[in-house]
Amino acid sequence: MADGRGQVRRRLGLRLWLSAGWLTLLLLAAVLAPWISPKDPLAQDLFLARLPPFWMAGTEPGYWLGTDSLGRDVLSRILHGARVAMTVALVAGAATCVIGATLGLLAGFLRGWVDIVISRLIDIWMAFPPVLFSILLIAVIGPGLGAIILAIVVIDWTRFARVVRAEAMAQGAMDYVASAQVAGRGRTGTMLVEVLPNVLPLIVVLLTLEMGIAVIVEAILSFVNLSISTDDPTWGGMIAEGRTSVHQAWWVLVFPLITLFLTVLSFSQLGEGLKDRFDPVLR
Amino acid sequence: MQLFRAVILRLLTMAVTLSGVAVIVFVVIRVVPGNPIAMMLPPGATDEDVAQLTALYGLDKSVFRQFLIWAGGVLQGDFGTSITTRQPVLGLVLGRLPATLELSVMALVIATVIGGFAALTGTRLRGTRSEAAIDVANGMALSVPDFLWGLVLILLFGVLWPVFHISGRVTPSIDLPFTTNFYLFESLVRLRPDLWWDIVSHMLLPALALAIPLAAIIGQVLKQSLKETMHLDYVTLSRTKGYSESHVITREALPNAVLPALTLVGVQFTFLIGGTVIIERLFSYEGLGNMAIDAVINRDLPLIQGIVILFAVIFTGVNLIVDLACAALNPRLRHG
Repeated sequence: MADGRGQVRRRLGLRLWLSAGWLTLLLLAAVLAPWISPKDPLAQDLFLARLPPFWMAGTEPGYWLGTDSLGRDVLSRILHGARVAMTVALVAGAATCVIGATLGLLAGFLRGWVDIVISRLIDIWMAFPPVLFSILLIAVIGPGLGAIILAIVVIDWTRFARVVRAEAMAQGAMDYVASAQVAGRGRTGTMLVEVLPNVLPLIVVLLTLEMGIAVIVEAILSFVNLSISTDDPTWGGMIAEGRTSVHQAWWVLVFPLITLFLTVLSFSQLGEGLKDRFDPVLR
Repeated sequence: MQLFRAVILRLLTMAVTLSGVAVIVFVVIRVVPGNPIAMMLPPGATDEDVAQLTALYGLDKSVFRQFLIWAGGVLQGDFGTSITTRQPVLGLVLGRLPATLELSVMALVIATVIGGFAALTGTRLRGTRSEAAIDVANGMALSVPDFLWGLVLILLFGVLWPVFHISGRVTPSIDLPFTTNFYLFESLVRLRPDLWWDIVSHMLLPALALAIPLAAIIGQVLKQSLKETMHLDYVTLSRTKGYSESHVITREALPNAVLPALTLVGVQFTFLIGGTVIIERLFSYEGLGNMAIDAVINRDLPLIQGIVILFAVIFTGVNLIVDLACAALNPRLRHG
């Protein structure tokens, strides 16, 4: 039994490390993009259009992953696209987390009319198709990085609010909360000092999952051509372009897709790994 | 009687939710920059033309007045007139609804088959390497959303090994003898396997993209539920009676393990329907979601409103049906 558990732990550890490793690499790429990119991500050269990746015939030196239909370097664009992706993941993820978790905590711990109002809002939000809602919001706010982050926060706060509300409710019914109040702690104090730390592991897990979702939402919005300006390289924009020329130049679609795939997978595996770490039953 | 009261209560909350959705979408799209009227007139139109058309669509009134007029119309089944096509919104939306419904139901069926198969196989082979492999595949399928699966499927079965169509709902050159927009259903009813195959080969990849994450959830929840059921005494009893392990799992444990999975599948099915918006776009499938994105791009306010409301009705409706189905199937909830 002890051996089996050790094996589970080791597998979780590997998964956690691989995901964290990939995300660190990506973060570095995002920060260092202007210095490590082999080419200018915006430079067009129609004589170099649709060059294949380095292992195929007919390449030019320096264009490792080939070029798109305007002759722009795919690798440099992926590296620069990481800046947008990572910014959205970190900022939108954190903002969504703070707002959603706060509302969830208030609803779940205070109950009463606060809970009624917030729960009803969650119900209404759940009746919106999220992708359509985000596209609509971007049409309203206008394109740009700030708009995307705002749209993600407006749509996804319910993910945190729903789960944190349920957990805060469960924690609020426990003896330690009652004893804290008997010991003379106020309601706000109990909520912040007693309940919040117990809900925190859950919030951290949700946060990592939300970061992956934020990256996807940004990609979807640039795929629909509603993201930031068309000049700035984004993975979703590259995928949208690659989708139209997939029969002529598959690499324009494949490389950003692999990058996006690994990133989303890493965020979610990190979340799952952390969940198992925090789970007292497995520990 | 109690069930009846519960249904009434649910319908009331549903009405509150839908009104909330209506108010929010109405206000949000009235803030959209860009004048839809100016976009629909030919270049060289005078300011008078613009003012005339603006008045025709009622866009010169206050947002509150506009909402009252619109809500009054909706209660009489009139969702307004689309600005880009100048046709009634209700007709346009109902014309596209069958395409989205067929896609969603096909995805649900695929997800149930794959997820159910994975759960049953995983339970049968528990403790082996195969079970671990199924768990890993499940975890991956769950982590990656439908949009990315769609792109992967396009690459695999549209480009690398082009066996299925990656664009549209049916080959455009085919002359369809259909009277409804339920192409898949009607091709079956009319016994036209040639048409049926053409439609299926267009729908399969988008449906699969939508189905993969749901299949993983079904697989996970059903397997967990089976695991708990397998420890119950009556299962052990049937095993001692000499039934085979496969019989014990499918005939004895499964019927009792399905119910917890069903509740979750209901909620997840609404997520799947929400996912059709981007998947239809990705596969150029002529459904509701694709029309919605075009409507946003064209600033077709009445059409956007109509589509969002219809989605909200479907979401809340599916949740209601699932809750009722669970109450009906679960004897413990029936009188509760």
